[in-house]
Amino acid sequence: MNGKNTNGAARCPWVDHVKRIREAQDQAAFAELFQHFAPRVKAFLIRSGSDAALAEECAQEVMATLWHKAHLFDPSRATVTTWVFTIARNKRIDALRKQRRPEPEELTWGPEAEPEQADVVAMQQETAQLRTALLDLPEAQRELIVKAYFGDLSHREIASQTGLPLGTIKSRIRLALDRLRHAMN
Amino acid sequence: MNNAIRHHLTDDLLMAYAAGTLPEAFDLMVATHLSLCDHCRAQAESFEAVGGHVLEDQGDSVEMSQDSLAATMALIAKGAPAPKPKPPSCSVLPAPLRDYVGGDVNSIRWKPIGMGVKQAILPTTKEATARLLFIPAGAAVPDHGHKGMELTMVLQGAFSDEVDHFARGDVEIADEDLEHTPVADMSEDCICLAVTDAPLKFNSLIPRLVQPFLRI
Repeated sequence: MNGKNTNGAARCPWVDHVKRIREAQDQAAFAELFQHFAPRVKAFLIRSGSDAALAEECAQEVMATLWHKAHLFDPSRATVTTWVFTIARNKRIDALRKQRRPEPEELTWGPEAEPEQADVVAMQQETAQLRTALLDLPEAQRELIVKAYFGDLSHREIASQTGLPLGTIKSRIRLALDRLRHAMN
Repeated sequence: MNNAIRHHLTDDLLMAYAAGTLPEAFDLMVATHLSLCDHCRAQAESFEAVGGHVLEDQGDSVEMSQDSLAATMALIAKGAPAPKPKPPSCSVLPAPLRDYVGGDVNSIRWKPIGMGVKQAILPTTKEATARLLFIPAGAAVPDHGHKGMELTMVLQGAFSDEVDHFARGDVEIADEDLEHTPVADMSEDCICLAVTDAPLKFNSLIPRLVQPFLRI
């Protein structure tokens, strides 16, 4: 069981796990997510300047947040990996930089407005294509992107990085936002 | 939601916000703008997808301690933090700003800084400053230049300067090269969020003298 063993799950890794946590408080699904993501989150925090003990504690808190916020995850707008990144990033700001993190006003689905499966699959595909494009970048440029995400570049130094191939994924997210706005009004 | 926003945030700011590397005051500016602008919100969330890729493929993984999963389940059993109350939908200040002000416009503690202009400094870390500005309808903010980068976003009313006209949701990005005199539209008092990573420099004598005391 690694989140990739059925056809639907292969196209949408981890989405079903989050759904099982949300709908059934499924601890087995959580354990699999934990096994995959917790070590990555811990490495992310250590690379960001944390010692191992704090990183361990924070990675546990990040995974607990994932459980508690499973009902807020919108698979038509982000992959599970992207969502875990945002939780880990916020933990880094809170625990390592001791700073508040202002977030935009939340846009949430109404109780009956689950995202369409086709939109979920499309979002996963856009993200997979972005990943391929990023892996195809020259090594030096990829290293700069990694530095930017670990805070090793100022935002002005980042400017040279913004020719990233984000056009199609952005359009996809924009569609999801439009649907949310429509559902809210 | 305002579909008429014409002046947006730059990609480097959106990427740094997604990466989580900006000073708090700039985070506040970006979060406030994204609350009003789905164009920039989609771009920021695209940069978060890049962050997901960094987490998944570009970082290492470090083994968790042996009892880690059990410890996390115990953490979960303690219960979720209380959800934030849903903000009222019709207000001048978007949710992230209301968190800093402690309410909407009538909760802002203004301090006059001359010629009818008022400001309220918001509590953030010191690397950068965030403040709200109140400019009476038709009034001008003294001619000033900038030492660092200054972002100004309109929340109510509108203003014009040598560059363009700015209405709710629009962000003006000013740096060392811009000297400008923003003038509020006649129709309504103008309220803005302004964020800077260095003190403003005023060109007329009196504002320059009082500047150190006002923290502007």
